[in-house]
Amino acid sequence: MPRARKENTVMNWKREGRIFLIIAAVFLATFYMPVGEPRFDNAILEALLLLRSYAREHVLLCLIPAFFIAGAISVFVSKNSVMKYLGAGAHKAVAYGVASVSGSILAVCSCTVLPLFAGIYRMGAGLGPATAFLYSGPAINVLAIILTARVLGPELGIARALGAVLFSVVIGLGMHLFFRGEELERAKVEAAMPDTPVARPLWQTTTYIALMVGILVFANWGAPSSDQGLWSMIFRAKWLVTSAFALGFAAALVRWFRMPLFRVAAAAVPPTLLAALVPEHPMLSFGAGIIGLSTITAGREDETGEWFGSTWGFAKQILPLLLIGVLVAGLLLGRPGHEGLIPSVWVSRAVGGNSLWSNLFASIAGAFMYFATLTEVPILQGLLGNGMGKGPALALLLAGPALSLPNMLVIRSVMGTKKTAVYVSLVVVMATVSGIIYGALF
Amino acid sequence: MKIQILGTGCPKCEALAENVEAAAKELGLEYEMEKVTELSEIMTFGVMMTPGLVVDGEVKIVGKVPSMPEIKEMLRG
Repeated sequence: MPRARKENTVMNWKREGRIFLIIAAVFLATFYMPVGEPRFDNAILEALLLLRSYAREHVLLCLIPAFFIAGAISVFVSKNSVMKYLGAGAHKAVAYGVASVSGSILAVCSCTVLPLFAGIYRMGAGLGPATAFLYSGPAINVLAIILTARVLGPELGIARALGAVLFSVVIGLGMHLFFRGEELERAKVEAAMPDTPVARPLWQTTTYIALMVGILVFANWGAPSSDQGLWSMIFRAKWLVTSAFALGFAAALVRWFRMPLFRVAAAAVPPTLLAALVPEHPMLSFGAGIIGLSTITAGREDETGEWFGSTWGFAKQILPLLLIGVLVAGLLLGRPGHEGLIPSVWVSRAVGGNSLWSNLFASIAGAFMYFATLTEVPILQGLLGNGMGKGPALALLLAGPALSLPNMLVIRSVMGTKKTAVYVSLVVVMATVSGIIYGALF
Repeated sequence: MKIQILGTGCPKCEALAENVEAAAKELGLEYEMEKVTELSEIMTFGVMMTPGLVVDGEVKIVGKVPSMPEIKEMLRG
Protein backbone atom coordinates (compact mmCIF):
# COMPACT_ATOMS: atom_id res chain seq x y z
CA MET A 1 0.00 0.00 0.00
CA PRO A 2 2.27 2.78 -1.25
CA ARG A 3 -0.36 5.48 -0.81
CA ALA A 4 -0.89 4.90 2.86
CA ARG A 5 2.85 4.89 3.41
CA LYS A 6 3.19 8.19 1.73
CA GLU A 7 0.52 9.74 3.92
CA ASN A 8 2.34 8.48 6.96
CA THR A 9 5.66 9.99 6.04
CA VAL A 10 4.38 13.38 5.04
CA MET A 11 3.23 15.43 7.99
CA ASN A 12 -0.44 16.17 8.25
CA TRP A 13 -0.08 19.87 8.97
CA LYS A 14 -3.60 20.46 10.05
CA ARG A 15 -3.44 17.79 12.73
CA GLU A 16 0.12 18.52 13.82
CA GLY A 17 -0.66 22.20 14.02
CA ARG A 18 -3.51 21.51 16.40
CA ILE A 19 -1.29 19.36 18.58
CA PHE A 20 1.33 22.10 18.60
CA LEU A 21 -1.23 24.67 19.71
CA ILE A 22 -2.33 22.41 22.57
CA ILE A 23 1.27 21.88 23.68
CA ALA A 24 1.96 25.60 23.48
CA ALA A 25 -1.14 26.40 25.50
CA VAL A 26 -0.24 23.86 28.18
CA PHE A 27 3.30 25.24 28.25
CA LEU A 28 2.14 28.81 28.71
CA ALA A 29 -0.37 27.77 31.34
CA THR A 30 2.27 25.93 33.36
CA PHE A 31 4.87 28.66 32.77
CA TYR A 32 2.63 31.31 34.24
CA MET A 33 0.92 29.01 36.73
CA PRO A 34 0.23 31.17 39.76
CA VAL A 35 1.44 28.60 42.28
CA GLY A 36 2.39 30.37 45.46
CA GLU A 37 -0.16 33.11 44.95
CA PRO A 38 -2.32 32.90 48.07
CA ARG A 39 -5.59 33.06 46.10
CA PHE A 40 -4.60 30.22 43.77
CA ASP A 41 -3.15 27.97 46.49
CA ASN A 42 -6.20 28.56 48.58
CA ALA A 43 -8.51 27.71 45.68
CA ILE A 44 -6.77 24.36 45.16
CA LEU A 45 -7.15 23.62 48.85
CA GLU A 46 -10.82 24.64 48.72
CA ALA A 47 -11.45 22.31 45.77
CA LEU A 48 -9.96 19.36 47.64
CA LEU A 49 -11.77 20.21 50.88
CA LEU A 50 -15.09 20.49 49.05
CA LEU A 51 -14.46 17.17 47.34
CA ARG A 52 -13.72 15.52 50.66
CA SER A 53 -16.83 16.93 52.27
CA TYR A 54 -18.94 15.52 49.41
CA ALA A 55 -17.27 12.14 49.76
CA ARG A 56 -17.90 12.11 53.51
CA GLU A 57 -21.35 13.57 53.68
CA HIS A 58 -23.20 12.84 50.49
CA VAL A 59 -21.96 9.74 48.70
CA LEU A 60 -22.65 6.77 50.93
CA LEU A 61 -25.87 7.80 52.64
CA CYS A 62 -27.43 9.85 49.87
CA LEU A 63 -26.11 9.31 46.35
CA ILE A 64 -25.76 5.54 46.41
CA PRO A 65 -29.26 4.88 47.76
CA ALA A 66 -30.49 7.41 45.19
CA PHE A 67 -28.85 5.39 42.42
CA PHE A 68 -30.71 2.29 43.64
CA ILE A 69 -33.99 4.21 43.64
CA ALA A 70 -33.36 5.60 40.17
CA GLY A 71 -32.46 2.12 38.95
CA ALA A 72 -35.65 0.68 40.43
CA ILE A 73 -37.79 3.35 38.76
CA SER A 74 -36.18 2.78 35.39
CA VAL A 75 -36.52 -1.01 35.54
CA PHE A 76 -39.67 -1.79 37.53
CA VAL A 77 -42.05 1.01 36.56
CA SER A 78 -43.81 0.37 33.27
CA LYS A 79 -43.31 3.37 31.04
CA ASN A 80 -45.98 2.43 28.55
CA SER A 81 -48.69 3.04 31.12
CA VAL A 82 -47.48 6.64 31.38
CA MET A 83 -46.90 7.13 27.68
CA LYS A 84 -50.53 6.24 27.07
CA TYR A 85 -51.49 9.63 28.45
CA LEU A 86 -49.06 11.46 26.19
CA GLY A 87 -50.11 9.78 22.96
CA ALA A 88 -51.75 11.34 19.93
CA GLY A 89 -55.27 10.57 21.14
CA ALA A 90 -54.73 11.72 24.70
CA HIS A 91 -57.10 14.11 26.43
CA LYS A 92 -55.43 17.54 26.25
CA ALA A 93 -55.81 18.65 29.86
CA VAL A 94 -54.66 15.28 31.12
CA ALA A 95 -51.68 15.36 28.76
CA TYR A 96 -50.44 18.66 30.26
CA GLY A 97 -50.75 17.33 33.79
CA VAL A 98 -49.03 14.06 33.01
CA ALA A 99 -46.30 15.75 30.95
CA SER A 100 -45.45 18.09 33.79
CA VAL A 101 -44.84 15.34 36.36
CA SER A 102 -43.92 12.29 34.33
CA GLY A 103 -40.29 13.34 34.00
CA SER A 104 -39.67 11.75 37.37
CA ILE A 105 -40.63 8.35 35.97
CA LEU A 106 -39.76 8.61 32.29
CA ALA A 107 -36.54 10.56 32.46
CA VAL A 108 -34.66 9.10 35.37
CA CYS A 109 -31.56 10.48 33.74
CA SER A 110 -31.57 13.77 31.88
CA CYS A 111 -30.07 12.17 28.75
CA THR A 112 -33.39 10.53 27.86
CA VAL A 113 -35.37 13.78 27.91
CA LEU A 114 -34.68 14.90 24.33
CA PRO A 115 -35.82 11.76 22.46
CA LEU A 116 -38.99 11.68 24.55
CA PHE A 117 -39.62 15.35 23.87
CA ALA A 118 -39.22 14.81 20.13
CA GLY A 119 -41.49 11.79 20.33
CA ILE A 120 -44.28 13.54 22.21
CA TYR A 121 -44.05 16.47 19.80
CA ARG A 122 -44.08 14.46 16.58
CA MET A 123 -46.08 11.37 17.44
CA GLY A 124 -47.89 12.18 20.63
CA ALA A 125 -49.88 14.89 22.33
CA GLY A 126 -48.17 17.72 20.45
CA LEU A 127 -46.25 20.92 21.06
CA GLY A 128 -47.70 22.07 24.41
CA PRO A 129 -47.28 18.85 26.39
CA ALA A 130 -43.94 18.18 24.70
CA THR A 131 -42.46 21.50 25.85
CA ALA A 132 -43.99 21.05 29.31
CA PHE A 133 -42.18 17.74 29.52
CA LEU A 134 -38.97 19.23 28.16
CA TYR A 135 -38.95 21.91 30.83
CA SER A 136 -39.83 19.86 33.89
CA GLY A 137 -38.02 16.62 32.99
CA PRO A 138 -34.45 17.49 34.00
CA ALA A 139 -35.56 19.29 37.15
CA ILE A 140 -37.77 16.59 38.64
CA ASN A 141 -35.72 13.50 38.01
CA VAL A 142 -35.25 11.74 41.33
CA LEU A 143 -31.48 12.10 41.47
CA ALA A 144 -31.66 15.87 40.98
CA ILE A 145 -34.34 16.37 43.63
CA ILE A 146 -32.58 14.19 46.18
CA LEU A 147 -29.19 15.82 45.75
CA THR A 148 -30.61 19.36 45.66
CA ALA A 149 -32.55 18.80 48.86
CA ARG A 150 -29.60 17.16 50.57
CA VAL A 151 -26.93 19.72 49.66
CA LEU A 152 -28.86 22.97 49.23
CA GLY A 153 -31.58 22.34 51.78
CA PRO A 154 -35.11 20.96 51.59
CA GLU A 155 -36.78 24.32 50.82
CA LEU A 156 -34.79 24.82 47.64
CA GLY A 157 -35.23 21.16 46.71
CA ILE A 158 -38.99 21.38 47.03
CA ALA A 159 -39.16 24.81 45.39
CA ARG A 160 -37.21 23.45 42.46
CA ALA A 161 -39.55 20.51 41.95
CA LEU A 162 -42.74 22.54 42.47
CA GLY A 163 -41.51 25.45 40.37
CA ALA A 164 -40.57 23.12 37.54
CA VAL A 165 -43.94 21.37 37.54
CA LEU A 166 -46.09 24.52 37.79
CA PHE A 167 -44.17 26.56 35.27
CA SER A 168 -43.85 23.70 32.82
CA VAL A 169 -47.63 23.81 32.38
CA VAL A 170 -47.50 27.58 31.89
CA ILE A 171 -44.72 27.26 29.32
CA GLY A 172 -46.49 24.42 27.52
CA LEU A 173 -49.72 26.40 27.32
CA GLY A 174 -47.77 29.47 26.21
CA MET A 175 -46.16 27.56 23.36
CA HIS A 176 -49.54 26.14 22.38
CA LEU A 177 -51.10 29.60 22.28
CA PHE A 178 -48.24 31.19 20.35
CA PHE A 179 -48.34 28.56 17.67
CA ARG A 180 -51.96 27.45 17.76
CA GLY A 181 -52.44 28.35 14.09
CA GLU A 182 -49.91 25.83 12.94
CA GLU A 183 -51.02 22.33 12.32
CA LEU A 184 -48.09 20.02 12.48
CA GLU A 185 -47.66 17.56 9.69
CA ARG A 186 -47.40 14.57 11.90
CA ALA A 187 -44.96 11.83 11.39
CA LYS A 188 -46.77 9.02 9.67
CA VAL A 189 -45.63 6.42 12.08
CA GLU A 190 -47.43 5.24 15.16
CA ALA A 191 -45.42 5.24 18.35
CA ALA A 192 -43.91 1.80 18.72
CA MET A 193 -44.50 0.34 22.13
CA PRO A 194 -43.73 -3.35 22.22
CA ASP A 195 -45.58 -4.42 25.32
CA THR A 196 -43.52 -5.69 28.16
CA PRO A 197 -45.56 -7.82 30.50
CA VAL A 198 -46.14 -6.26 33.91
CA ALA A 199 -44.75 -8.54 36.55
CA ARG A 200 -46.55 -7.25 39.61
CA PRO A 201 -49.29 -4.90 40.71
CA LEU A 202 -48.43 -1.22 40.84
CA TRP A 203 -48.91 -0.94 44.60
CA GLN A 204 -46.15 -3.46 45.21
CA THR A 205 -43.69 -1.57 43.03
CA THR A 206 -44.69 1.70 44.68
CA THR A 207 -44.30 0.28 48.18
CA TYR A 208 -40.92 -1.17 47.26
CA ILE A 209 -39.65 2.19 46.04
CA ALA A 210 -41.26 4.01 48.98
CA LEU A 211 -39.38 1.74 51.41
CA MET A 212 -36.12 2.73 49.77
CA VAL A 213 -37.08 6.40 49.93
CA GLY A 214 -37.80 5.85 53.64
CA ILE A 215 -34.31 4.46 54.16
CA LEU A 216 -32.83 7.42 52.30
CA VAL A 217 -34.82 10.07 54.15
CA PHE A 218 -34.24 8.78 57.67
CA ALA A 219 -30.57 7.86 57.18
CA ASN A 220 -30.01 11.50 56.17
CA TRP A 221 -32.15 13.05 58.91
CA GLY A 222 -30.22 16.13 60.04
CA ALA A 223 -29.76 17.25 63.63
CA PRO A 224 -32.44 19.83 64.52
CA SER A 225 -31.51 23.13 66.13
CA SER A 226 -33.20 22.37 69.46
CA ASP A 227 -33.20 19.23 71.64
CA GLN A 228 -36.94 19.31 72.09
CA GLY A 229 -39.86 18.35 69.94
CA LEU A 230 -40.72 15.83 67.28
CA TRP A 231 -37.81 16.51 64.90
CA SER A 232 -35.24 15.89 67.59
CA MET A 233 -37.03 12.71 68.70
CA ILE A 234 -36.90 11.43 65.14
CA PHE A 235 -33.25 12.42 64.93
CA ARG A 236 -32.34 10.37 67.98
CA ALA A 237 -34.24 7.36 66.67
CA LYS A 238 -33.18 7.80 63.05
CA TRP A 239 -31.10 4.66 62.81
CA LEU A 240 -33.83 2.57 64.43
CA VAL A 241 -36.35 3.92 61.92
CA THR A 242 -33.90 3.36 59.07
CA SER A 243 -33.39 -0.24 60.20
CA ALA A 244 -37.14 -0.78 60.32
CA PHE A 245 -37.44 0.42 56.72
CA ALA A 246 -34.51 -1.81 55.75
CA LEU A 247 -36.25 -4.79 57.32
CA GLY A 248 -39.42 -4.05 55.36
CA PHE A 249 -37.36 -3.63 52.23
CA ALA A 250 -35.73 -7.04 52.75
CA ALA A 251 -39.13 -8.64 53.23
CA ALA A 252 -40.40 -7.05 49.99
CA LEU A 253 -37.36 -8.33 48.16
CA VAL A 254 -38.11 -11.89 49.25
CA ARG A 255 -41.87 -11.78 48.89
CA TRP A 256 -42.39 -9.78 45.67
CA PHE A 257 -39.13 -10.14 43.82
CA ARG A 258 -38.59 -13.85 44.50
CA MET A 259 -35.18 -13.34 46.02
CA PRO A 260 -34.29 -16.52 47.96
CA LEU A 261 -34.69 -15.98 51.72
CA PHE A 262 -31.27 -17.41 52.57
CA ARG A 263 -29.49 -14.92 50.30
CA VAL A 264 -31.27 -11.95 51.84
CA ALA A 265 -30.64 -13.32 55.34
CA ALA A 266 -26.96 -13.84 54.57
CA ALA A 267 -26.68 -10.28 53.25
CA ALA A 268 -28.31 -8.96 56.42
CA VAL A 269 -25.76 -10.57 58.75
CA PRO A 270 -22.79 -8.15 58.27
CA PRO A 271 -24.80 -4.93 58.71
CA THR A 272 -26.58 -6.34 61.77
CA LEU A 273 -23.29 -7.42 63.35
CA LEU A 274 -21.65 -4.07 62.63
CA ALA A 275 -24.64 -2.21 64.05
CA ALA A 276 -24.39 -4.26 67.25
CA LEU A 277 -20.60 -4.08 67.61
CA VAL A 278 -19.85 -0.49 66.53
CA PRO A 279 -23.10 1.43 66.94
CA GLU A 280 -21.12 4.70 67.02
CA HIS A 281 -20.27 4.28 63.30
CA PRO A 282 -23.61 3.72 61.57
CA MET A 283 -22.00 4.37 58.18
CA LEU A 284 -20.11 1.08 58.44
CA SER A 285 -23.32 -0.83 58.87
CA PHE A 286 -24.99 1.14 56.08
CA GLY A 287 -22.09 0.47 53.73
CA ALA A 288 -22.16 -3.24 54.56
CA GLY A 289 -25.87 -3.29 53.76
CA ILE A 290 -25.25 -1.74 50.34
CA ILE A 291 -22.46 -4.21 49.58
CA GLY A 292 -24.74 -7.05 50.68
CA LEU A 293 -27.60 -5.88 48.47
CA SER A 294 -25.24 -5.47 45.52
CA THR A 295 -23.79 -8.94 46.03
CA ILE A 296 -27.13 -10.71 46.06
CA THR A 297 -28.57 -8.82 43.09
CA ALA A 298 -25.57 -8.43 40.77
CA GLY A 299 -25.34 -10.87 37.92
CA ARG A 300 -28.74 -12.49 38.44
CA GLU A 301 -30.61 -13.36 35.29
CA ASP A 302 -33.95 -12.02 36.56
CA GLU A 303 -35.20 -8.46 36.99
CA THR A 304 -33.30 -7.86 40.22
CA GLY A 305 -30.12 -8.41 38.20
CA GLU A 306 -31.41 -5.92 35.68
CA TRP A 307 -32.12 -3.51 38.52
CA PHE A 308 -28.56 -3.75 39.76
CA GLY A 309 -27.26 -3.32 36.22
CA SER A 310 -29.25 -0.13 35.81
CA THR A 311 -28.15 1.17 39.23
CA TRP A 312 -24.53 0.45 38.37
CA GLY A 313 -25.03 2.22 35.05
CA PHE A 314 -26.18 5.40 36.81
CA ALA A 315 -23.30 5.27 39.26
CA LYS A 316 -20.77 4.76 36.48
CA GLN A 317 -22.19 7.60 34.44
CA ILE A 318 -22.78 10.20 37.14
CA LEU A 319 -20.01 9.80 39.73
CA PRO A 320 -17.11 10.90 37.46
CA LEU A 321 -19.09 13.91 36.21
CA LEU A 322 -19.95 14.91 39.73
CA LEU A 323 -16.33 14.50 40.85
CA ILE A 324 -15.17 16.91 38.17
CA GLY A 325 -18.09 19.24 38.84
CA VAL A 326 -17.30 19.42 42.56
CA LEU A 327 -13.60 20.07 41.89
CA VAL A 328 -14.36 22.86 39.42
CA ALA A 329 -16.96 24.41 41.72
CA GLY A 330 -14.53 24.24 44.63
CA LEU A 331 -11.71 25.74 42.59
CA LEU A 332 -13.75 28.65 41.27
CA LEU A 333 -16.02 29.33 44.21
CA GLY A 334 -14.66 27.57 47.29
CA ARG A 335 -16.67 25.99 50.08
CA PRO A 336 -19.62 27.89 51.53
CA GLY A 337 -18.21 30.82 53.46
CA HIS A 338 -14.80 30.63 51.74
CA GLU A 339 -13.50 32.12 48.52
CA GLY A 340 -12.12 30.31 45.50
CA LEU A 341 -10.58 31.89 42.40
CA ILE A 342 -13.58 34.14 41.81
CA PRO A 343 -13.90 36.94 44.36
CA SER A 344 -17.20 36.85 46.26
CA VAL A 345 -17.73 40.51 45.50
CA TRP A 346 -18.23 39.64 41.84
CA VAL A 347 -20.76 36.98 42.70
CA SER A 348 -22.77 39.14 45.05
CA ARG A 349 -22.65 42.03 42.59
CA ALA A 350 -23.97 39.89 39.73
CA VAL A 351 -26.48 37.65 41.46
CA GLY A 352 -26.75 38.90 45.05
CA GLY A 353 -30.01 40.04 46.58
CA ASN A 354 -33.25 39.49 44.78
CA SER A 355 -33.43 42.23 42.17
CA LEU A 356 -34.91 41.77 38.73
CA TRP A 357 -31.43 42.11 37.27
CA SER A 358 -29.90 39.36 39.47
CA ASN A 359 -32.71 36.96 38.66
CA LEU A 360 -32.61 37.72 34.97
CA PHE A 361 -28.84 37.37 34.85
CA ALA A 362 -29.01 34.01 36.66
CA SER A 363 -31.71 32.77 34.29
CA ILE A 364 -29.87 33.74 31.13
CA ALA A 365 -26.54 32.41 32.37
CA GLY A 366 -28.26 29.17 33.35
CA ALA A 367 -30.06 28.85 30.05
CA PHE A 368 -26.90 28.98 27.97
CA MET A 369 -24.49 27.22 30.30
CA TYR A 370 -24.13 23.49 30.07
CA PHE A 371 -24.39 21.55 33.31
CA ALA A 372 -23.50 17.88 33.21
CA THR A 373 -26.07 15.84 35.14
CA LEU A 374 -26.23 16.98 38.78
CA THR A 375 -23.20 19.28 38.63
CA GLU A 376 -25.53 22.25 38.97
CA VAL A 377 -25.75 21.37 42.66
CA PRO A 378 -22.11 21.92 43.76
CA ILE A 379 -21.89 24.99 41.52
CA LEU A 380 -25.02 26.46 43.11
CA GLN A 381 -23.68 25.61 46.55
CA GLY A 382 -20.52 27.57 45.76
CA LEU A 383 -22.45 30.53 44.40
CA LEU A 384 -24.78 30.62 47.41
CA GLY A 385 -21.76 30.51 49.73
CA ASN A 386 -20.35 33.54 47.93
CA GLY A 387 -23.39 35.71 48.35
CA MET A 388 -25.83 34.63 45.64
CA GLY A 389 -29.42 35.40 46.60
CA LYS A 390 -31.92 32.60 47.10
CA GLY A 391 -34.17 33.86 44.33
CA PRO A 392 -31.46 33.91 41.66
CA ALA A 393 -30.36 30.48 42.91
CA LEU A 394 -33.79 29.06 42.11
CA ALA A 395 -33.82 30.90 38.78
CA LEU A 396 -30.52 29.28 37.86
CA LEU A 397 -31.74 25.87 39.04
CA LEU A 398 -34.85 26.14 36.89
CA ALA A 399 -33.27 27.50 33.72
CA GLY A 400 -29.94 25.70 34.00
CA PRO A 401 -30.48 21.97 33.53
CA ALA A 402 -33.52 22.51 31.30
CA LEU A 403 -31.48 24.34 28.67
CA SER A 404 -27.96 24.61 27.38
CA LEU A 405 -26.40 25.73 24.15
CA PRO A 406 -25.88 22.16 22.85
CA ASN A 407 -29.41 21.05 23.67
CA MET A 408 -30.88 24.22 22.13
CA LEU A 409 -29.35 23.04 18.86
CA VAL A 410 -31.03 19.64 19.16
CA ILE A 411 -34.34 21.27 20.09
CA ARG A 412 -34.00 23.54 17.07
CA SER A 413 -33.50 20.55 14.79
CA VAL A 414 -36.76 19.12 16.14
CA MET A 415 -39.07 22.12 16.08
CA GLY A 416 -37.32 24.86 14.14
CA THR A 417 -35.72 28.18 14.97
CA LYS A 418 -38.80 30.25 15.70
CA LYS A 419 -40.35 27.87 18.21
CA THR A 420 -36.98 27.31 19.86
CA ALA A 421 -36.47 31.04 20.30
CA VAL A 422 -39.92 31.45 21.84
CA TYR A 423 -39.30 28.45 24.11
CA VAL A 424 -35.96 29.80 25.32
CA SER A 425 -37.48 33.22 26.02
CA LEU A 426 -40.38 31.65 27.91
CA VAL A 427 -37.97 29.60 30.02
CA VAL A 428 -35.88 32.67 30.86
CA VAL A 429 -38.95 34.74 31.76
CA MET A 430 -40.53 31.99 33.86
CA ALA A 431 -37.28 31.20 35.69
CA THR A 432 -36.82 34.91 36.44
CA VAL A 433 -40.38 35.29 37.72
CA SER A 434 -40.18 32.22 39.96
CA GLY A 435 -36.82 33.40 41.26
CA ILE A 436 -38.26 36.78 42.25
CA ILE A 437 -41.28 35.17 43.93
CA TYR A 438 -39.15 32.67 45.83
CA GLY A 439 -36.63 35.31 46.83
CA ALA A 440 -39.40 37.52 48.18
CA LEU A 441 -40.91 34.67 50.21
CA PHE A 442 -37.79 33.17 51.79
CA MET B 1 -30.65 -9.96 8.43
CA LYS B 2 -30.48 -6.27 9.14
CA ILE B 3 -30.03 -5.07 12.70
CA GLN B 4 -30.40 -1.42 13.63
CA ILE B 5 -29.52 0.07 16.98
CA LEU B 6 -31.38 3.29 17.74
CA GLY B 7 -29.75 5.66 20.18
CA THR B 8 -28.13 9.05 20.42
CA GLY B 9 -24.92 7.64 21.85
CA CYS B 10 -25.88 7.13 25.47
CA PRO B 11 -24.05 4.43 27.46
CA LYS B 12 -27.12 2.17 27.30
CA CYS B 13 -27.15 2.29 23.51
CA GLU B 14 -23.51 1.20 23.43
CA ALA B 15 -24.30 -1.63 25.83
CA LEU B 16 -27.19 -2.77 23.63
CA ALA B 17 -25.04 -2.72 20.48
CA GLU B 18 -22.35 -4.81 22.19
CA ASN B 19 -24.81 -7.34 23.56
CA VAL B 20 -26.61 -7.72 20.25
CA GLU B 21 -23.33 -8.23 18.44
CA ALA B 22 -22.29 -10.89 20.93
CA ALA B 23 -25.67 -12.63 20.72
CA ALA B 24 -25.69 -12.62 16.92
CA LYS B 25 -22.20 -14.09 16.79
CA GLU B 26 -23.13 -16.76 19.30
CA LEU B 27 -26.13 -17.72 17.22
CA GLY B 28 -23.98 -17.74 14.10
CA LEU B 29 -26.26 -15.30 12.28
CA GLU B 30 -25.34 -13.46 9.16
CA TYR B 31 -26.17 -9.85 9.83
CA GLU B 32 -25.46 -6.28 9.02
CA MET B 33 -25.52 -3.78 11.87
CA GLU B 34 -26.27 -0.09 11.64
CA LYS B 35 -26.28 2.49 14.41
CA VAL B 36 -28.94 5.14 13.98
CA THR B 37 -27.93 8.20 15.98
CA GLU B 38 -29.89 11.05 14.36
CA LEU B 39 -32.89 11.96 16.51
CA SER B 40 -35.22 12.65 13.59
CA GLU B 41 -34.31 9.34 12.01
CA ILE B 42 -34.95 7.50 15.26
CA MET B 43 -38.39 9.10 15.31
CA THR B 44 -39.25 7.59 11.94
CA PHE B 45 -39.27 4.19 13.63
CA GLY B 46 -41.77 5.51 16.16
CA VAL B 47 -39.28 5.13 18.97
CA MET B 48 -39.12 7.76 21.71
CA MET B 49 -37.25 5.91 24.38
CA THR B 50 -33.69 5.02 23.55
CA PRO B 51 -32.09 2.59 23.14
CA GLY B 52 -34.15 0.72 20.58
CA LEU B 53 -33.50 -2.49 18.70
CA VAL B 54 -34.85 -2.95 15.20
CA VAL B 55 -34.54 -6.29 13.42
CA ASP B 56 -35.43 -6.36 9.72
CA GLY B 57 -37.49 -3.20 10.06
CA GLU B 58 -39.45 -4.37 13.08
CA VAL B 59 -39.04 -2.59 16.43
CA LYS B 60 -38.27 -5.25 18.99
CA ILE B 61 -37.63 -3.28 22.14
CA VAL B 62 -37.53 0.34 23.30
CA GLY B 63 -36.16 2.04 26.37
CA LYS B 64 -34.08 -0.70 27.90
CA VAL B 65 -31.22 -3.08 27.43
CA PRO B 66 -32.71 -6.58 27.40
CA SER B 67 -30.92 -9.58 28.86
CA MET B 68 -28.86 -11.96 26.71
CA PRO B 69 -31.55 -14.69 26.47
CA GLU B 70 -34.15 -12.04 25.55
CA ILE B 71 -31.92 -10.65 22.80
CA LYS B 72 -31.37 -14.12 21.33
CA GLU B 73 -35.11 -14.69 21.34
CA MET B 74 -35.61 -11.40 19.43
CA LEU B 75 -32.97 -12.25 16.87
CA ARG B 76 -34.36 -15.72 16.26
CA GLY B 77 -38.04 -14.78 16.06
